[in-house]
Amino acid sequence: MRNRSKVVIALTIATAAIVAVGLATRLPSPAAAQAPAPGEFPAYSAPRTADGKPDLNGIWQSVTTANWDLEAHSAAAGPHTELVGAWGAQPGGQSIVEGGVIPYRPEALARKQANFAQRATASVPGDGVEPPLGDPELKCWMPGVPRSMYMPYPFQIVQTPETILMTHEFNGSTRLVRMNWPEETPVDNTFFMGWSRGRWEGETLVIDVTGLSDKNWLDRAGNFHSDAAHVVERLTAVSPYHLWYEATIEDPKVFTRPWKISFPLYRRMERDVQLMEFKCQPFVEELVYGRFTKKPTS
Amino acid sequence: MSRRLRMSLGVLAVVVVAVSVLAARGQFTWRPTTLGAGTGDDESWTPPKTPWGDPDLQGIYNYGTSTPLQRPAQVGDKEVLSDEEAGALEADIAQRLDRDRRDGGAQADVSRSYNDAWMDPARMKLTADKRTSLIIDPPDGRLPPRVERTLTPEEEAARAAQDLSTRRFNTSFQESYLDMDVGNRCIIRRRNEGGGHPYLPAIYNNMAQILQSPGYVVIYAEMIHFARVIPVDGRSHLPDTVETWLGDPRGRWEGNTLVVETKNFVGSNARLVGRTGVVYGNANPKTFTIVERFTRTGPETVDYQVTMSDPQTWTRPFTISVPWNKTTEQIYEYQCQETNYDMYHWLHGAREREKRGERFDPNAPDALGGQQD
Repeated sequence: MRNRSKVVIALTIATAAIVAVGLATRLPSPAAAQAPAPGEFPAYSAPRTADGKPDLNGIWQSVTTANWDLEAHSAAAGPHTELVGAWGAQPGGQSIVEGGVIPYRPEALARKQANFAQRATASVPGDGVEPPLGDPELKCWMPGVPRSMYMPYPFQIVQTPETILMTHEFNGSTRLVRMNWPEETPVDNTFFMGWSRGRWEGETLVIDVTGLSDKNWLDRAGNFHSDAAHVVERLTAVSPYHLWYEATIEDPKVFTRPWKISFPLYRRMERDVQLMEFKCQPFVEELVYGRFTKKPTS
Repeated sequence: MSRRLRMSLGVLAVVVVAVSVLAARGQFTWRPTTLGAGTGDDESWTPPKTPWGDPDLQGIYNYGTSTPLQRPAQVGDKEVLSDEEAGALEADIAQRLDRDRRDGGAQADVSRSYNDAWMDPARMKLTADKRTSLIIDPPDGRLPPRVERTLTPEEEAARAAQDLSTRRFNTSFQESYLDMDVGNRCIIRRRNEGGGHPYLPAIYNNMAQILQSPGYVVIYAEMIHFARVIPVDGRSHLPDTVETWLGDPRGRWEGNTLVVETKNFVGSNARLVGRTGVVYGNANPKTFTIVERFTRTGPETVDYQVTMSDPQTWTRPFTISVPWNKTTEQIYEYQCQETNYDMYHWLHGAREREKRGERFDPNAPDALGGQQD
């Protein structure tokens, strides 16, 4: 028994050692074979452009429901469900806001709720309704930042050392990210797509956005910001196929503190994938201007 | 927007008048040149390449100029002005186009209230090669004759509807948004007014920025805020069934020249396209072809040449050459749909006039004036 137990112990130690060595040498392989946990990516360093920066070129798209509502939301009927049924219905979704809830000032929350109540009522430039009624997306207006980044349309990044262009399929909305640009908005004006200045922090493209129009909404739920909004975006390649996107939104006129959203952007991988044209103006003319057209006299 | 086009037509008229004045004074002298070869940059200059080996076209450009599209009849077959003629003409144009002048009386003041702050100073300058026309082919510098043919009943009806729509627009009795053209509707800039392909000089917003990444050339035009992504990787066009307002571009390199062919224009829905059409000259989008060539001719210049044809519209193809000059200015966001006050004012105004008992008169004196291609 003593000898036998020695053998057993020796065999056990040997087996353990073999298993341990095997685990140690094979460790990356089982890990890679398993699906990674959502939100967690192994350390990654992106391929470099000629000037040595992470290469973010490509066609990207988010797969959230945040364009319906940044915060957690139930599935729900959309407006005019009698016409469009399930086509116009809202899918349920989880919040992409850190902490779940947007920290509104009380009066701003009331405005958000009013926005939602009249989200499908389209006022037009010139009719004197301020702030304008209706979701800007419904009226085919440029979606602003960060909303353009989580709309259900792809966008393309074209990266050069001086300028990074982001062009979105929705309405051809485009912004130029001027790299290491010294000035905030150089003109006394606001822009629907804002004024974007970029810089590299290691693996991350950091974009400072100011000069945003107070007519922008953040989603179809009526979330909004003012012309005091300051958005800081961070884009980091976390795999060949994913960018991790974060945006911090600061706007003391509307929110009690800065707040953050984050979600992955997915690289569109279809062969020969390209942005399609989505010029939505003709699709909204009857909605927006129909009430001003000449009615047949009977 | 109508004012804008009227003014651009006015600009062209002024140029024609100015050239004719010089011609009448007998000031033109012949000087041979290499047409469409750029702006006289140093020929020993070597165009730069991108790190991945494509010709590098990148930069922010302005393609404004006062050189007219077509050679004015008054200059005969003269292709190029002498330095003296060009200098005199340019000064004359600058003086005539100056919208900050106050020497024309009250009516002119009202017209000029859309003042020089809105205008592009580049519209005052002739091309550096002092051509008498932007058209370099046909050799007479003029648009080829339109094809004369018998219209089908459907085409006759469409043309009559377009004509009536134009008359409603010109007399501010628009029935609906479809009485506006594609530019007023903020879909695309009018083709004959530049701002998209073909890129032709206009009185303002003659800016475009070219950016490149491996496999792509992107042309970001100021008006109407669109980035034209041109694949240069040899892929095929989208299927013909896919229709787009801006067309589906494909590029290729021929030496140092980017050649871009664009097709798949919106064409099957005449109601949608409205009266001015979706491609240059209200040509047939299905038989229209457009080939553009971009060539760096110097550190500060790109020669832009565009050849267009449509056997149903013109008797032969024609080619336009416009120099693109680098600028130190930036392109700012061009808003249109978001701030389209015109649409409300026109439609609301027309309904108000009807309430007051005014009625559309297709034969009113101004029914044929103004906005026509």
